[in-house]
Amino acid sequence: MTLRPDLAIIASHVNRGARILDVGCGDGALMAALRDQHGCDARGLELDPVNVAAAVGQGLSVIQGDADTDLADYPDDSFDYAILSQTLQTTRRPDWVLEQLLRIGRHAFVSFPNFAHWRVRASLLFGGRMPVTRLLPIAWYATPNIHHVTVDDFRALVKERGIAIEGAWFLSGDQQTGSGMANLLAEHAVFLLRHDR
Amino acid sequence: MSDDPRFGLRRSVTLPGPLRLDGGVLFSPVDIAYETYGTLNADASNAILVCHALTGDQHLASEHPVTGKPGWWARMVGPGKPIDTNRWFVICSNVLGSCLGSSGPATINPVTGQPWGMQFPVITIRDMVRAQAMLLDHFGIDRLFAVVGGSMGGMQALSWAATFPERVRAAVVIASAARHSAQNIAFHEVGRQAIMADPKWRGGAYYAAQDPPAAGLAVARMAAHITYLSEAGLTAKFGRKLQGREAKTFGFDADFQVESYLRHQGLAFVDRFDANSYLYITRALDYFDLAEEHGGLLANAFRASKARFCVVSFDTDWLYPTAESRTIAHALNAAGAPASFVELSSPFGHDAFLLESPELDRVIGGFLAAGERP
Repeated sequence: MTLRPDLAIIASHVNRGARILDVGCGDGALMAALRDQHGCDARGLELDPVNVAAAVGQGLSVIQGDADTDLADYPDDSFDYAILSQTLQTTRRPDWVLEQLLRIGRHAFVSFPNFAHWRVRASLLFGGRMPVTRLLPIAWYATPNIHHVTVDDFRALVKERGIAIEGAWFLSGDQQTGSGMANLLAEHAVFLLRHDR
Repeated sequence: MSDDPRFGLRRSVTLPGPLRLDGGVLFSPVDIAYETYGTLNADASNAILVCHALTGDQHLASEHPVTGKPGWWARMVGPGKPIDTNRWFVICSNVLGSCLGSSGPATINPVTGQPWGMQFPVITIRDMVRAQAMLLDHFGIDRLFAVVGGSMGGMQALSWAATFPERVRAAVVIASAARHSAQNIAFHEVGRQAIMADPKWRGGAYYAAQDPPAAGLAVARMAAHITYLSEAGLTAKFGRKLQGREAKTFGFDADFQVESYLRHQGLAFVDRFDANSYLYITRALDYFDLAEEHGGLLANAFRASKARFCVVSFDTDWLYPTAESRTIAHALNAAGAPASFVELSSPFGHDAFLLESPELDRVIGGFLAAGERP
């Protein structure tokens, strides 16, 4: 099974045997890969009970819960990495979730669709319509994405909160792209973060 | 198949004990009735203990001797089933205090030669677990591959992991709670008072007259049975439909189907269950508070455990609602235990864990099989 490109980037930068919390782990694809190929001790948090049942059925340790509230129940520094892939923009308080990730994990991976990608901009500028793209496939009234974020917005937030960026990867289609024009050219961003404490 | 006489259906053993009970009594000897399914492997590493609920018994997947019905979890336990008896050696024992062959108020007190009645010591969930541990010692099983239970069985599974952390590799806790709530205790008290208000109860000494407090026990069962079902389930099944009549009778017959159903549940129950056992086991449930046993902090109950945990609730269960399972999941997280928790959807309320549920099958089967990974 091949991982989604952003998950593949995360998997390839996680230390072998690390303790992982995957927040919004879906059916556990990343957790299973980290467990089976990287010897990680992976735990998950997932909102959708059907996904949780699928993950538990694979022998993964997944708690059904809501990132917006339940992260508070995890002890400090209990994981090497806390991972939030394609979920930040669906949370009610992305800044609070980010703080929680870096409290629970010594490092955090955060990936999200970049709302400043040129296709999104073109859709708004020329079409005057909220974009429906490959990474944002659902119309405005039904999308779970309630806090659209751009690469530059995210960089500004982490700077303001004193969070160090340890790594950043940008994807256009399934290809990696450079960081220089990422806010315009990246459809998708993956950040590796650490709290300066 | 093993020809070990200890293993198979409808077995029982008298263990010398003594068993030190939470109430301070040294209890001996200890009778335990049990069944086993499948084959214990050479290093005794494939044993799964299934713990039964309040009115359950050891007839997990075999015909009940009184009712003639299939075992209470026959759909879950058997060859090729989620708890696969081709892979695992499955044990189910009648809990201490019950009435299907294990020591309880209806068994003979060796000192007096009479049934214990209310002289039987008050027991706890942990006492039930200690008795099960003695049975495992008798089998030569040091460590369980898993302990699995729903409702009161789930409490035993939690108590196992907390009391014998080195003896449990995995625990499955379904439709259960880490303590009894005020509402839980209240419903049980209604049941107990119904039994004790029946003149035939005679302070618990009704065995000689062979005339048990059937009316009181039936009412207790009726009240409890309501808590096992969901409001939506009752409405779907019965609504306001009348029982075998065209119109209300303006009397106190069972006009409504739901009345007739509950009366039937109550009457069928008294044939297979002892009223004093009902008192003792509901008391054990009410006393259960796993956090209290560990300095008031539930997470402390799991700190010594190396087990994997799987906690399952049902969205329409109002006896042990999802919030109770979530409390367990939070405590497991805080203790750093590898834990899964899922709330499954079912229209059937608390009883959902006993009924057809492909999702529950998949969760339990997958969780258990994962324990065989290298």
